Amino acid sequence: MTPVIEVEHLDFSYEPGFPVVEDATFSIEPGQSGCIVGPNGGGKSTLLKLLLGLLTPDAGKIRLFGAPPAEARRQVGYMPQYHQLDPSFPVTALEVAVMGRLKPGLFPFYSRRDKETAMDALAELGISDLAGRSFADLSGGQRQRVLIARALACRPGLLLLDEPTANIDPGAEEQFYATLAQLRQRMTVLTVSHDLGFVNRETDVIICVNRKVSIHRAENFTAEAADAVYHHKMNLIHHDHACFCHCGGGHDE
Amino acid sequence: MSEMIRELFSPELAFLRCALLVGLLAAPTLGVVGSLVVTRRISSLAGACAHAALGGVGLALFLQRVVRLAWCTPTLGAVAGALLAAVVVGVVSLSAKEREDTVIAVVWALGMSIGLLFLERTPGYVDWQGYLFGNILLLSGSDIVMTLVLDAAVLLPMILFYPAVLAMSFDATFSELRGVRTTAIYLVLLGLTACTIVLLLNVVGIILVIALLTLPAATAGCFTRHLWSMMTLAGILSCLFVTGGLLGSFYYRLPSGPAIVVLAGVVYLAALGYSKWRGKR
Repeated sequence: MTPVIEVEHLDFSYEPGFPVVEDATFSIEPGQSGCIVGPNGGGKSTLLKLLLGLLTPDAGKIRLFGAPPAEARRQVGYMPQYHQLDPSFPVTALEVAVMGRLKPGLFPFYSRRDKETAMDALAELGISDLAGRSFADLSGGQRQRVLIARALACRPGLLLLDEPTANIDPGAEEQFYATLAQLRQRMTVLTVSHDLGFVNRETDVIICVNRKVSIHRAENFTAEAADAVYHHKMNLIHHDHACFCHCGGGHDE
Repeated sequence: MSEMIRELFSPELAFLRCALLVGLLAAPTLGVVGSLVVTRRISSLAGACAHAALGGVGLALFLQRVVRLAWCTPTLGAVAGALLAAVVVGVVSLSAKEREDTVIAVVWALGMSIGLLFLERTPGYVDWQGYLFGNILLLSGSDIVMTLVLDAAVLLPMILFYPAVLAMSFDATFSELRGVRTTAIYLVLLGLTACTIVLLLNVVGIILVIALLTLPAATAGCFTRHLWSMMTLAGILSCLFVTGGLLGSFYYRLPSGPAIVVLAGVVYLAALGYSKWRGKR
């Protein structure tokens, strides 16, 4: 079967001589889900942009569903971090979610079906009651879920979530993981996490990015592996089936 | 009141009627372009276009009077200057390698300076104050035609592509991933912004034109939760501001541009205060 993501000997730099991603090789098979982790400035966002086809690699090959990223884009649902967007933009939650059904070309109006798909996506994330609310009036966690709903409305085979847990309040966390577990049944979910922080318990593989990229099976991801990525001592805490890592020597001790 | 209206229809006040007509007919354009400028946060870019328009005006007047190129009208110069500025800043902001705000400031100052230098060397009387602060006496029937053409040029693509315009204004990256040609739409938006600015130059002048473009939209933004309703309300508000400002300036013998902008500015601040107060409750 064609892998969902296939990356081979990928090099990328913004300026010659300063590689951001170096000789990255990994693949994610159908049915697998993954989590991209690594320190800030390690190249996570760059890797994400490369996967989305927003940046062109210097060398190497990226295939999504066997095709170059620019061609496979419509099979990808992408959730950016919400603070990249204007918080006071005049738009409702449903209007944002239905953008997942956006089509190029003349007369790009949404059908009744498109709106139903968007409503279903909002319902799946437990926020159908927010559909008519202004995006500006929502909390950080709610905005993030609206953006996930928009990505789901694309009916993707691959869901790319940039920092999905950064703004979710503790109460909603459990529900959010349950939702992710459900989504994993249907599609490959690839999440990006900052300061290593949290490694999603609902993951099969962990992709560590710090210029070099390494891939680990979640159950084999050990403290030594985390140290190797972060170049300093990490504390790895197993908490039921979840796996949390905290930077050693910091306030997390 | 009835006397006011009768006075308004007297033949000596053709210029005032013309200004009112241009202001009212420009409302759809002001509503749509103003809302996009406010939500895309490109009002400083619009300011650079306005000031670059003066460069075009200066060059055009110079060519007209010194080089005797009769077809080089100030309006043509203004359009060329504003469009050039829009393209320069637009390309810079898309490639995102240069410091965008610096480039905007340079285009802003350079355009204005070039204009003033050419005006200085242009023989004959030049009403440069009129370009800076607006001069409704300069308005004519051709401005009315231009306004209608611009309305059509703005409204037609807006109606045809509304979902794409909304999506790309909200999140350009996501829209690009869905196959929307965001760069093309952005450049068209910049071009329309430049044309809108030129159209309004005679009404409120270069210095105040950004205010007339952004204040109705920013005020509307305090009360609306859809882009289309923001555009509609911004259009209605710009009608009110232009009419109120022009009539006020006429009856109290004040310059029209500042009168319009002061009215719009005071209403905006009140709206902002009200929406903050309502949000806190």
